[in-house]
Amino acid sequence: MGERLYLHRHSIVHETASYLKVVAAIAFILVAVSTPITNWQAFIGYFIWVLVVAAIAKIPFTLLFKRALIEIPFIFFAILMPFFGSGERFVAGPFNLYREGLIAGAGIVVKGTLGVLTAIILSTSTTAREILRGLERLRLPALMVQIASFMLRYVNVVNDEMERMKVARDSRGFEATGLKHWRVLATAAGALFIRSYERGERVHLSMLSRGYEGVLPHDEVEKSKASSWFMVLTYPFVAVVILLATTLIGN
Amino acid sequence: MHIPDGFIDVPTSAAFVGLSAIGVGAALKGARTQLDDKTAPLAGLTAVFIFAVQMLNFPVVAGTSGHLIGAALAAVLVGPWAATLALTVVLLMQAFLFADGGLTALGLSVFNMSIISVWVGYAVFLLIKKILPKNKSSVAIAASIAAAISVPAAAFGFWIQYVIGATGTFSDSAVFTSMIGIHVLIGIGEAIITGLTVTAVLASRSDLVFGWKNNQKVLEIKNV
Repeated sequence: MGERLYLHRHSIVHETASYLKVVAAIAFILVAVSTPITNWQAFIGYFIWVLVVAAIAKIPFTLLFKRALIEIPFIFFAILMPFFGSGERFVAGPFNLYREGLIAGAGIVVKGTLGVLTAIILSTSTTAREILRGLERLRLPALMVQIASFMLRYVNVVNDEMERMKVARDSRGFEATGLKHWRVLATAAGALFIRSYERGERVHLSMLSRGYEGVLPHDEVEKSKASSWFMVLTYPFVAVVILLATTLIGN
Repeated sequence: MHIPDGFIDVPTSAAFVGLSAIGVGAALKGARTQLDDKTAPLAGLTAVFIFAVQMLNFPVVAGTSGHLIGAALAAVLVGPWAATLALTVVLLMQAFLFADGGLTALGLSVFNMSIISVWVGYAVFLLIKKILPKNKSSVAIAASIAAAISVPAAAFGFWIQYVIGATGTFSDSAVFTSMIGIHVLIGIGEAIITGLTVTAVLASRSDLVFGWKNNQKVLEIKNV
């Protein structure tokens, strides 16, 4: 799963330690969401900066755009906001809109998009396993890390299993068209659960037979140099500079 | 479709990161006592199952379809502790890998789906199971009612977060009616699928169903 999302390139973004990237991504998003939406110049700066970083990471913009489509449902929610609300109204073409709703809706779309783009840059420039290792260094409990690594390891296996079940249904002429087919699909879901659970039991037994005692063997963690800290933190830092600059100009 | 960044303000998001951390921490402890060193592989494979089953489309009408959310289903199948862990991991991976749900909104989503939804679902399940006669179909019925309530319960969690720290302009009552309304409908679908799925698992491997385990008859050893 993670392998399909990761885009192998050689760039400074790819080579930075993953936990630093996670910290930088969250810090950047925090700066962006704390900026009032009325300071619109700052958001133009943020978008340019995100695209610059994507370019440095050699991520094609088409890929960035395609994966950003995931946020469409929330955009619908935001689009409704100027139409239903209260307070001051104004007329824009054929529509009679609420000013506050328009501002809030725009804020949700813009900030949400910045968050989505940042997360996409993170997962395109970092393998899933590396992200997990990064989260581990940021003190995600070891057991959670283990659960997540099992998920990454077996997600393709289980997806393929589900695909095979679909092929089996299709080859028997099954086509799901409505409520009356739910029983068949739910039975498939039940079978998938049993197969996943049994696989979990087998994996556990094979781990035990290799000497598992509740902890996974660990690689040495290397310390990051101050220079890489400094470099990766330019991501949120530039956002702060943009924020300060636009606030000062605005005043 | 999860809460994006910037939808709920930063202080509220941060507070819910704290609450979620406490809840997940308790689940880590609970799962360890229940599953011991089986926790990692079993909760991991449950997470995979939830992730996969969310991609199974159930056709509704005229080309639209829905999918399972799976909080109540997971709670009934593997127990609430492991269910909380599995759903949390699914949300983490969705946010970090697929950009589905904001990174700064993770605490909010985890609270709604892996804590409220799972535990409300499980509480309802236990309650209904107590009332009904002790047989397999009661377990399926209880699971399905639990699922029906677990979905609007998560929406209710979202509503509380919206009331505390909304950046939008919809009035609290409008959000309440629309969110709960939509999720009651989604809950009906969830209930049907959950009931059918639990029935299917009970039919072939009832020993795997956590919510059924206490009902099994212990084999007697007799000296003849």
